[in-house]
Amino acid sequence: MPKPSRGRVADSSQPESMGTPDSPRISLVTTARKAPAWYRTVFTLDNGFRGLMLLAALCVLGIVGLIVSELMQRSSLAWHAFGLKFFVGSQWDPVSGDFGAVPFLYGTLVSSLIALVIAVPLAVAVAVFVTEMCPKPLRKPIAYSTELLAAIPSVIYGLWAMFVLVPLSRAYVEPWCMKYLGWSGLFEGPPFGIGMLTAGIVLAIMIIPIISSITREVLAVVPQHQREAALALGATRWEMIRVAVLSNARAGIVGAIILGLGRALGETIAVTMVIGNTPQIAKSLLAPGYTMASVIANEFAEAPDDLYRSALMEVGLALFLVTILVNILAGLMVWTVTRGNPARAHAQ
Amino acid sequence: MPSKFVQLRRQITDRFFTGLAAGLSVVVIGALVAILAYLVLRGAGSLNWAFFTEIQKPVGESGGGMANGIVGSIMILAIASCIGVPLGIGAGVYLAEFGRGRLGKLVRFTADVLNGVPSIVIGMVAWGLVVVQQKHFSAFAGGVALAIMMIPTVTRATEEMLLLVPQSVREAAFGLGIPQWRTTVSITLPSARAGILTGVMLAFARVAGETAPLLFTAFGNQFWNLSPSQPIAAMPLQIYTYALSPYDEWHRQAWAGALVLVLLIVGTTTLVRFVFLRRMMGGAR
Repeated sequence: MPKPSRGRVADSSQPESMGTPDSPRISLVTTARKAPAWYRTVFTLDNGFRGLMLLAALCVLGIVGLIVSELMQRSSLAWHAFGLKFFVGSQWDPVSGDFGAVPFLYGTLVSSLIALVIAVPLAVAVAVFVTEMCPKPLRKPIAYSTELLAAIPSVIYGLWAMFVLVPLSRAYVEPWCMKYLGWSGLFEGPPFGIGMLTAGIVLAIMIIPIISSITREVLAVVPQHQREAALALGATRWEMIRVAVLSNARAGIVGAIILGLGRALGETIAVTMVIGNTPQIAKSLLAPGYTMASVIANEFAEAPDDLYRSALMEVGLALFLVTILVNILAGLMVWTVTRGNPARAHAQ
Repeated sequence: MPSKFVQLRRQITDRFFTGLAAGLSVVVIGALVAILAYLVLRGAGSLNWAFFTEIQKPVGESGGGMANGIVGSIMILAIASCIGVPLGIGAGVYLAEFGRGRLGKLVRFTADVLNGVPSIVIGMVAWGLVVVQQKHFSAFAGGVALAIMMIPTVTRATEEMLLLVPQSVREAAFGLGIPQWRTTVSITLPSARAGILTGVMLAFARVAGETAPLLFTAFGNQFWNLSPSQPIAAMPLQIYTYALSPYDEWHRQAWAGALVLVLLIVGTTTLVRFVFLRRMMGGAR
């Protein structure tokens, strides 16, 4: 109920004017000129609220703009000094001021690819198992535990990898690879435990949840009648999954895998802790390496001069551009499958 | 007529792939259990009261704790939430209530891009924006970095949850003559509260364990600091430096810190999942 306006209510106990008796009497009938009409239609609370929300939305745009401009501006020194040579040079020599980013590009690429090779079969298997095969009561717990893997912070994966995975890798995994896969030439040299392979394994564990949760989403939107049609034709369950489910969801699964790749490329701390941090290009996967993210993490805070810092900024810019492109590509591929059913935000 | 052999082969293939998928799922769950079990084993043995009350002791002395890191993390996260949550919710409201046009699409896309930016790159940018201007590392810079990481998650969660509120509710409000801003603030947002809170807590849990963006913003500190404009300790940073150190005592502390951090994060995530999400879904139906 609206309060009665002060002027019309006869209240004998209160003086009609507000404030102290000394204060000038305020007329209750406004004689001031009204604000112009355009002013009152533009500056309404509705528009004010809308403007405030718009401002917040523009902040999101502004932040991404700032990221791009900061990275470009602060890497311009290195860009002017080395140009494209930065991305073909393999020397990383801060002392003589010679910077080439190839060892880091190589390390990032190889460790991420190892991660994909290990993670993809596992993640897709979990997704298929959860959506198509496993008994109903088991679905939620399995889905939940894979998502729990995503909640564990990077530094804890790193800690675990340093103290558990590295010794295991040194004692069992790497000797096994040398013995049975040594013919490929990819597994040579002493098994330190620390190196590309171990980094790839940690990365794989870290990207399984993202790949499997998006694959699950994609499989869930495959129409039920496709499955029923396949079964009605006499397909076994696996044939049904292969013919009706996987082939329908193929683009989305590839998108999920690429999204996992994007995550692996930018992963920093866990990799830094186990990859060995040596800027070299070694054919052997057992050898230590270095990634783009790790070199920034290790050297940026201590970089003594502007050129060095600028070179690291350029590595950051390259990392930013690559992950953005990979993510956009992946988003498009997932979208081709789930369109119509707005995919839930990538569940973390 | 297909021969018995073909039938048998199809059956076996089916069984084989079912078994394979189940087996690989067991491997993944096994990895999770292995990590958590080892963490609890090592962490619980290293946790003690001093861990929560003392700061780092000099090398060689046993004892000490991460009290300053715990307080530092709380401070950084508080700063990050103060910046990130209002911005994220505002942008989410814009997307859900006004964002049907081209600008809405652009913002949505940008939020997704921001979500994919590697955390280390966000750390570098926060360094350039805050640390360079202030000329020294600070808790505030760390807060800015984490805030940037929180925004896209909060934005998308807010948008999704607001869109779950039926259009008829808004129309009813308009029909009563309630202006749009009032409808959003007093009717739509409160209906979506549980869901938005879920998004905020998930964003919080996600950044609580981040190390990379703090490396050259908050930087870490061996001592107490309560000023937001000074370098400050944070739990993930301390775990990182302790893990890389050669001292057994520090390794022990790192495990204890890791356990506390995981309990915090997994606790938040689980709470969100089982309490808020259920309540929200119950309300939405």
